[in-house]
Parts: sequence; C-alpha cells; structure tokens
Amino acid sequence: MATKNQEGTTTLHLALAWGFVGIPLTLGVLQTLINAMKLFQ
Amino acid sequence: MALLSFLDREHTVAKPGFSRWMVPPAALCVHLCIGQAYALSVFNLPMTKLLGITQSAPGDWKLTQLGWIFSIAMVFLGGSAAVFGRWVEDGGPRRAMFTAALCWAGGFFLSAIGVYTHTLWLIYIGYGVLGGCGLGIGYISPVSTLIKWFPDRPGMATGMAIMGFGGGAFIASPLSVWLLGKFTTATHIGVAETFIVMGCIYFFFMIVGSIIVRVPAPGWKPQGYVAPATAAKLITKNDVFVYDALKTPQFWLIWWVLCLNVTAGIGVLGQASAMSQEMFPGHITPVAAAGFVGLMSLFNMGGRFFWASTSDYIGRRNTYFVFMVLGFGLYCTVPYTGSIGSVVGFVSCFLIIISMYGGGFSTVPAYLKDMFGTRYVGAIHGMLLTAWSAAGIFGPVLVNYIREYNVTHGVPKAQAYNTTMYIMAGLLVIGFICNFLIKAVDARFHMKAADARGNEPGTAPAGARA
Repeated sequence: MATKNQEGTTTLHLALAWGFVGIPLTLGVLQTLINAMKLFQ
Repeated sequence: MALLSFLDREHTVAKPGFSRWMVPPAALCVHLCIGQAYALSVFNLPMTKLLGITQSAPGDWKLTQLGWIFSIAMVFLGGSAAVFGRWVEDGGPRRAMFTAALCWAGGFFLSAIGVYTHTLWLIYIGYGVLGGCGLGIGYISPVSTLIKWFPDRPGMATGMAIMGFGGGAFIASPLSVWLLGKFTTATHIGVAETFIVMGCIYFFFMIVGSIIVRVPAPGWKPQGYVAPATAAKLITKNDVFVYDALKTPQFWLIWWVLCLNVTAGIGVLGQASAMSQEMFPGHITPVAAAGFVGLMSLFNMGGRFFWASTSDYIGRRNTYFVFMVLGFGLYCTVPYTGSIGSVVGFVSCFLIIISMYGGGFSTVPAYLKDMFGTRYVGAIHGMLLTAWSAAGIFGPVLVNYIREYNVTHGVPKAQAYNTTMYIMAGLLVIGFICNFLIKAVDARFHMKAADARGNEPGTAPAGARA
C-alpha cells in the first residue's frame, strides 16, 4: 500500500492513464482510416 | 496559495514506486488537446455564415480574415515557446501544463465571446494570442521531463508526446463536427457553444495531465540503466546554459535543418489535395483527395513516433541524413510518377515524405539533448521552434507562388508542381550540408560546477555531477 513517502503505480493506474488518452485517439484514428479508404475506392 | 505550491517543481518530484510510464500519457493529455490547432479549418465555413446562416451575408467574415486566426496562433506558438522556455524549465512541467491549460481554454472562451458578439479581433486575441501562448507553453512543457525519465530512450519518449500533437486533429475534427451539429439550428450556427464546450473538455484533459505528471528525483535512473562512462562523439554529458546555446553554431545549424525539413513538408501538406487532383485529373476525385489528406495526417502522426524511436538506435544526425537523402530522392521522383500516371507511386512518395516531416519535429528535442545536455533542453527547444514559424511562411509561399508562376506562363496544371518538387529537393541538399557540419559543442560553452545560473533544487550542472 502506498504510504506518504511512496506512490506505487499500479497496473490499474497505468491502464486508466493510457486509456484516458488512448481511447479517444484510437477512435479518431479509426474514423480517419475509414475516410482515407475512399482513396482506394 | 495551496494551489500555487501544488504547482511547484518541488511538489512534482516523484516518490519511490512511481512508474515512468505514467509520464507519456500526462504529456499526451496536453499534446492531444493543443493538436486541435491542425483541425481549426473545420470552423472556417461555419464562421463565414454566422450572420447569413445558410450563406454568407454582408458583414459576415471572409475566409482570408479567418485565415489570420491560425497564422497569429502559429506566430505566438513560436514566440511564447522561445520567450517562456526558461520559465517553463525552472518552474517544472506541472506549472507549465496548468498555465497552458488556462491559456488554451481561455482562448476558446474568449473566442466564443468574439463569435457571440461577432467581434473578430476578440478571436484574434483569444485563439490567436492567448491560445497561441497555450500552444507554445504546452508544446514544450513535457519535453525535458520526458527526456529525464527516459535517458535510455529519449527519442521514443519525446516522439510519443509530439505524436500527440499530430494526432490531436483526429479527435478535434470529428468532435467539432459533432458539437456543431448539436448546437446549430435553422436560425443559429453553434460555433460559440462549440468553443465553450471544447474549452471545458480541453481544460479538464490538460489539468488531468498536470496532476499526473512528475519529475524524477535528483540522481534517479531507470532500473538496470547504466549511463555510458564516456561521452559519445555527438552525445554530450555536459549541460549548456540556455542563452549560451544561442552562441553556438550547432544551435543555428539544427535551426536550419529543422526549418528546411519542415519547409519541404509543410508546403506539400497544405496543398496535397489540390496537387493530387491537378497531377492526376480524372484519377483522383475530390473525395479520394480528402482520403489522401487523411492518410497523410496518419503518416504525419505515425512518423513522429517511428522516426524519433529509430533515432535512439541509429543516432540523431543519421536520422536527419535519412530525411535529407531519402526526401531528396522522393521529391525528385514525384514528377516522374506524375508523368507515368502512377497514383500508387505518387501517394507512396508523399506518405513517406510526410512521415519524415513529422519525424523532423519529434527527433529534434533528443538531438538538442545530445548537443546541449538535459538541463535546459526544454528552453532551448522552445527557442528552436521559431524555425517552425519561419517554415510556416516559406513552405506555403514556395509551393503556391511557384505553381502560380508556372500556370501563368503556360505550364500545364499537371506539371505545374514539378519545379516546386525540385526546389524542395534542393532545400534538402542544403539541409544535408547543415546537418553534415554539426559537430560536438565546444567545451567552452559547457556549464561549470560553480555556475549558479538557474540551478534547480537538488541539481547541479551535469558536468559537475559526472
């Protein structure tokens, strides 16, 4: 358990932090990829 | 007062057990938000019809007037990064990210008032000046922190953050369109409301980043990492004071390398849609061209991570050599792909070129760290960003005016860009020479142990620690 002099980062912390930025970015990239496919149609 | 002390560098120092992998998402919280600048054009058409609603009416703003918003923001990006670089470095990343959040969100709120009252100068001040300062401070805020957390992979670390700046438009563009749809009615265009909501969202995101971010404790090293005992030829173990860096030829050579690399990329990035349709009339439709632009944005973002990470293995100087040599070959190949009607060849050339454009941005912080040490790399990076502002003028001017000149002198539209491509290739030759001339910084510029200029608590110039 984290004490005042320690701040142990758990896997949950990492998942939350990366999900916070990763999910919107992934959705945006997928949307752009779908639009980009029109180049090959 | 408690808030102010929470923002201090001393309160940002990581305690034992903190994972350095929490820092890249903190940086991305900021860069993904300020990357919205690349998607500002989404608001262009709606803002030309604020009075007329269905079409522009007398008194409505013109596209040329609106274009200044982005230009002012870019100028203030470079200016604020250069002016506030040392302040950012001394105060730590949390204070800088918090300030960037205030400026960026404040810029949106002020612009919303400007839209609501139909006062354009308020938007120039809001998004352009205040937002531009948010862009500059936000852009450089996590750079040196990431380099300190990842001494073993500085290129990859800064590449991740700067990739976020390229990726911000992927979130902002659909979000803006969705919000505009929600707030627009038959009698009203919801730009002001969209600005307010986006300002709130971005403020929240950036504040989360500022809360997460930490700086490593003095002397911290990654587990198992052993710093090289002797400095590599082009990787210093010493620090150079921020303003002394300006006196070195290395700073100005890297300035030109970045400026030329960005000039070559930025010119074609803005004209990609029109260029592809004019070079391949009948083959590339406006819809396909829009897809091409989207694909280029993806490569711009991916290149930022790929090339910066690659530079950790092949070296910064060699990475720029690749940009210059490969870029030269590709620019010279583009007219040929046009002459043989190879859409695949044309698209491939530009996707690689644009990945190297992004890579140029993301590799440069690590290049500066190699040359000038980690102590002032954020501030030095801030001053280097003026090269971006300069390239923002050179690139589009070169592409647009040379095309215009060719077309008015009877060159067919399909071939009007050929001269531009050869000029871009020529710029990369100059860039190659500048990069070739970069040697290690002279020892007289290194900070000495007794040098007290701006020492942060618990640290001393790297040369003194070594």
